[in-house]
Amino acid sequence: MNAAAKPSKLIKGATGDWEIVIGMEIHAQVTSQSKLFSGASTEFGGDPNDHVSLVDAAMPGMLPVINEECIKQAVRTGLGLKAQINLRSTFDRKNYFYPDLPQGYQISQFKSPIVGEGVVIVDVTPTEQITVGVERLHLEQDAGKSLHDQSPTDSFVDLNRSGVALMEIVSKPDMHSADEAKAYVSKLRTILRYLGTCDGNMEQGSLRADVNVSVRRPGEPLGTRCEIKNVNSIRFIGQAIEVEARRQIGIIEDGGKIDQETRLFDPGRGETRSMRSKEEAHDYRYFPDPDLLPLEFDQTFVDDLARGLPELPDEKKARFMRDYGLPAYDAGVLVMERASADFYEEIAKGRDAKAAANWVINELFGRLNKEGLDITASPVSAAQLGAIVDLIGEGTISGKIAKDLFEIVWMERGADPRALVEERGMKQVTDTGAIEAAVDEIIAANPDKVEQAKAKPTMLGWFVGQVMKQTGGKANPQSVNDLLKRKLGI
Amino acid sequence: MSVDQATVRRIAHLARIAVSDEEVPHLQNELNAMLAFVEELSAVDVEGVEPMTSVIPMKMVWRKDAVTDHAGASTVVGNAPVSEDHFFTVPKVVE
Amino acid sequence: MTDVTRLTLAEARDALQSKKLSATELTQAHLSAIEKARALNAYIVETPDQALAMAKASDEKLAKGQGGPLEGIPLGIKDLYATKGVHTQSCSHILDGFKPAYESTVTSQLWRDGAVMLGKLNMDEFAMGSSNETSYYGPVASPWLPKGRDGAWARQQLAGDKKGLLVPGGSSGGSAAAVAAHLCLGATASDTGGSIRQPAAFTGTVGIKPTYGRCSRWGMVAFASSLDQAGPIARTVRDCAIMLRSMAGHDPKDATSIDAPVPNYEESLGRSIKGKKIGIPKEYRVEGMSAEIEKLWSDGIAFLKAAGAEIVDISLPHTKTALPAYYIVAPAEASSNLARYDGVRYGLRVPGKDISDMYEKTRRAGFGSEVRRRIMIGTYVLSAGYYDAYYVRAQKIRTLIKRDFELAYAQGIDAILTPATPSAAFGIGEKGSADPVEMYLNDVFTVTVNMAGLPGIAVPAGLSADGLPLGLQLIGRPFDEETLFSIAGVIEEAAGRTVLPQAWW
Ligand SMILES: [Mg+2]
Ligand SMILES: [Zn+2]
Repeated sequence: MNAAAKPSKLIKGATGDWEIVIGMEIHAQVTSQSKLFSGASTEFGGDPNDHVSLVDAAMPGMLPVINEECIKQAVRTGLGLKAQINLRSTFDRKNYFYPDLPQGYQISQFKSPIVGEGVVIVDVTPTEQITVGVERLHLEQDAGKSLHDQSPTDSFVDLNRSGVALMEIVSKPDMHSADEAKAYVSKLRTILRYLGTCDGNMEQGSLRADVNVSVRRPGEPLGTRCEIKNVNSIRFIGQAIEVEARRQIGIIEDGGKIDQETRLFDPGRGETRSMRSKEEAHDYRYFPDPDLLPLEFDQTFVDDLARGLPELPDEKKARFMRDYGLPAYDAGVLVMERASADFYEEIAKGRDAKAAANWVINELFGRLNKEGLDITASPVSAAQLGAIVDLIGEGTISGKIAKDLFEIVWMERGADPRALVEERGMKQVTDTGAIEAAVDEIIAANPDKVEQAKAKPTMLGWFVGQVMKQTGGKANPQSVNDLLKRKLGI
Repeated sequence: MSVDQATVRRIAHLARIAVSDEEVPHLQNELNAMLAFVEELSAVDVEGVEPMTSVIPMKMVWRKDAVTDHAGASTVVGNAPVSEDHFFTVPKVVE
Repeated sequence: MTDVTRLTLAEARDALQSKKLSATELTQAHLSAIEKARALNAYIVETPDQALAMAKASDEKLAKGQGGPLEGIPLGIKDLYATKGVHTQSCSHILDGFKPAYESTVTSQLWRDGAVMLGKLNMDEFAMGSSNETSYYGPVASPWLPKGRDGAWARQQLAGDKKGLLVPGGSSGGSAAAVAAHLCLGATASDTGGSIRQPAAFTGTVGIKPTYGRCSRWGMVAFASSLDQAGPIARTVRDCAIMLRSMAGHDPKDATSIDAPVPNYEESLGRSIKGKKIGIPKEYRVEGMSAEIEKLWSDGIAFLKAAGAEIVDISLPHTKTALPAYYIVAPAEASSNLARYDGVRYGLRVPGKDISDMYEKTRRAGFGSEVRRRIMIGTYVLSAGYYDAYYVRAQKIRTLIKRDFELAYAQGIDAILTPATPSAAFGIGEKGSADPVEMYLNDVFTVTVNMAGLPGIAVPAGLSADGLPLGLQLIGRPFDEETLFSIAGVIEEAAGRTVLPQAWW
């Protein structure tokens, strides 16, 4: 991965240009009812130490037994990342002492992971795509949670998360800007959600990123990297990378050296700081977990899971462009969430697909964003929005009226748009007689403007506006235009 | 191979076992006696031999994904030397 | 009936079934015997109330003719088995006060079949030892006396530091001593490198380590997960067969437990062994082997020949690598398995100035010296830079050890006969204080079996010049415990059942 750095990605230091190199380890919580090696619930929240089995609490003599759904989810994810699925993998123990690690080791896959190399196609902007390599994906246990602010002398330990299945997805160092890194996480999250293998909820910690950042002069070998642990929002990932890169450049330009270390991003202060507690010399003493046999399955198992996979965002985007004639940007926006794509398709089928896309992206998404609502909670259903698109298409209402109609449908949930148009007299006036009367009236009342319009045809717009006002917006704009041009002789 | 006293201390710390200065030479001797005992293994030809992963060939059993285990917080912390409000407590950890 | 504690488990079972004896009577007799034998230190916890309640329930079942295969049989339980609400510490201080909220699979199956729990038995701390001297609760005295010593002398030693009395072997020393001293009809034990077979051999009792995966490890305090197996110690081969049938079986809570039906092992007793091929591995004829062990072994060969078995010389070339490889694999796994004892969720906690200090002080105070030593060596062999040279190499050697056995079995060998131990029992305080390796050599004949996951049984076959019991070991094919019971039964019958010591304590 030593392709020539793109000039646009370089950042300026005091002594010249610098390239950032970013790799990421994403911990994605596997969607499952119970934990990776115990029958305790994975439900978020709960009273302290309530979603804990005796296995999770590492009681003497307790043993791990693997959850088949977690295996399937990892394989599905691997397939979604177009990655190598390893028919044989092993679980290793990563040994270290920490109060939220009850066994004194984390069961992980160090030597042979369940999933090998794959790729993620990332849209950095509507027009710029990069390919980020996936190094591996492995299954491992989550740790518990320590609360440090409950008492001046003690930390409080809650093991509810202990043993929840995680997929650690390790990227190659293929990203070179905060935007690329943000887009990568965002795309990965989209894929995981499509697959239903992780809910991607960053606030609840279902998706966490460890970001490895280093800087180098363009063309030079990789610099020393720092790992920023557990960044929990896409925005913070971007900020953390920016400040960390700046910090490293500053040190090197001042003649200093970067220490390889683990750092923490403090969003409040907008800086990263060293995590001293994690800096002790690590020696994890990995070895195969003797309580677990190798994880083995056959290609049929993988093939069956592959057949059950949904259409993934890249394929869906291509299909939207091909079948609905959408531009890449629109298709990209629509496929970001599987629910949005489904919503869109329900409208687009048998209608003007481009118009449908405009309505979904501009009106619906805009409005949902404003209200902070998810597509699944949209007050306007696909059927309703489809009806609105139909009404415009038939010429029953104008685009402008349609917006008012959308607003009414939004507010009055469940209303039938077609009936509303009928009841509230929102129908477009195509009756030329009625439009002509209005045109005549305006022309008669504004002789000065008529004179001006003859000299300056752009004045036509003013007349159109007046006519529309007069007709309550219901006049067919094309008819108004034609009539005005004829009567004004322009 | 044999261990020096610094290694004894490093290993003791990795294993989180306190060792006093007086204990170190003694431990060093014991560990070196054990290492000398296993030294003969370095002469065994293991070329091309797979390390054992499961002593009895069998397929690992997979569990169905269901919530089958709920010990209850009071049971989980029931044997704890110290606990508060169903949390385990430990000397404050600084991150 | 005079002294019901002299019955074998099978005899007691038959007496209970035919209502010649009540479970309460049988249990009470054992409780009294235990009380009188406290100085031996075989039991560290007695559970008389629970025992009598279980016996009463058994009597009710027996009266209705609904008794299980072990209905009313009083047993001792090694302290490494989790017993719900009852002291479970693997005889370590670090589990100070631990009372689990769960019952191990093996013990729950014994209770399911009607057995009665008398109490928890002493053992080496975390099953690490071959003499029961590493227990936090102190050593166990064997009911066997050293040559020329009488009961009066022995009682004096018992009251003191027990020096000069004999060890019962380990780590299941409490189990072996309790069975030999008639303090239970049988006991659970566990075997990681010889911890069932060596104490059985030292005390004139029978012990079987079944194939790895035969019994569930769930609820057994782990020492070395890839080697640990549960098994019984009892006074006869038949009694072991009866107990193992209840202890064995698939457990979905243990991923290394085999899903295969459990045979009625008792039925294999008395089966002819005519034509069975018995392998005699030349590598077990170790340098400096004592004449009495040589003789024991050739006696065993003669017994089997006389019963129609065919004796075949075989070679297991990697035998001598097993013990050193074991002292890499077992401590490595133990160092990780014992990391959970950190003073946070259960057991001992020694306060410290910070978390690391708390861990270090707790683990220093909670683990005995043998356990600390093994954790240290295990940590070392797994640490960066040494992992391949030690751990990976040892696991490769395990593959070779197992292959040796596979080749022998592929030749048609049905079982392998070896001595169980290199010597008879030694004195308390006599071994291992200067050099830990001296103690480890006790397991030289048994440890290969754990490394290969095979079943092995120790059966008494004679006495040493000093009048102490000596045992032979039979090693079987994977999951073929039945053949071991058949052949062990032949040896038991030919050698004559060992006459256990009369109570001097
Ligand atoms: Mg990581
Ligand atoms: Zn991880």
